[in-house]
Amino acid sequence: MNGWPALDRFLRTDPRDVGCAEAMDMLHVYVDLVASGAPAEQRYPGIAAHLRACGPCGEDFEALLAAVRDEPD
Amino acid sequence: MNRVAGETPVTLGRLDQESAEWLQALGDTGPRREAALARLHAMLLRIAQGEARRRGPRSRITGPELEDLAYQAAADAALAITAKLGQFRGESRFTTWAYRFVILEVSAKLGRHFWCRPDVPLEAEDWDRLPGRFGFKPAQESEWRDLLTALRRAVNSELTPRQREVFVAIVLNDVPLDALVVKLGSNRNAIYKMMFDARRKLRAALAANGYLTHHTPGRT
Repeated sequence: MNGWPALDRFLRTDPRDVGCAEAMDMLHVYVDLVASGAPAEQRYPGIAAHLRACGPCGEDFEALLAAVRDEPD
Repeated sequence: MNRVAGETPVTLGRLDQESAEWLQALGDTGPRREAALARLHAMLLRIAQGEARRRGPRSRITGPELEDLAYQAAADAALAITAKLGQFRGESRFTTWAYRFVILEVSAKLGRHFWCRPDVPLEAEDWDRLPGRFGFKPAQESEWRDLLTALRRAVNSELTPRQREVFVAIVLNDVPLDALVVKLGSNRNAIYKMMFDARRKLRAALAANGYLTHHTPGRT
């Protein structure tokens, strides 16, 4: 185990990470899966890896998920 | 980095009723289309205002300026949505697809606004903020000083000039990635990729020198 967990987490990269462009292209699909309770992370592991690692895309994901869940009836 | 194309392919499904109604109304002409556009804009504005208020304080933007940003984001998103209506493939609900435009607009506009601040350092290297950022404890100062020296050495020796510039801006000077995109005239994907490669190189260098343990790629 490393003595510097936060630095270790920050520097650690996941080769499945698809990057911002592809994650944002599919964000609406991914969000609908998450909102419906489907296993989005299993279906799109590369997007899940990216959203965990990329602050701006992770924030956009949370915002879109909140928008979908907060829709007025 | 990997590609989504290598994963489970998307199956084109039939449109849900609400999405079909949106497409029909927005593809129509006359009052029906005008009503749909007004409804779409109202929805986008509600989301833009919510996101702008949530993220605005962090970007030091408030009041009428923040409200203006939300209105611009909603208007620009509505334009993009109507222009790209033919690209909606029914992989998600129409509204989810549409909301994505306005959220990305808010992110981009806040990134541009960042440079209105007069106190943004870009070339300076604030290494002193790293102990706080990474939770280094005062009791271990002699150890993390050694680690930071190794990290600094790796930043100078392992990274390309462009990777180094991006690392310094984002990690040492706390410039948001979307703001750096604007400054460098680049895009989010390119800057993220540069940071991705920089992180991988720096981790390998620190692991090679015994500061971090090696790990199996893909495992968290």
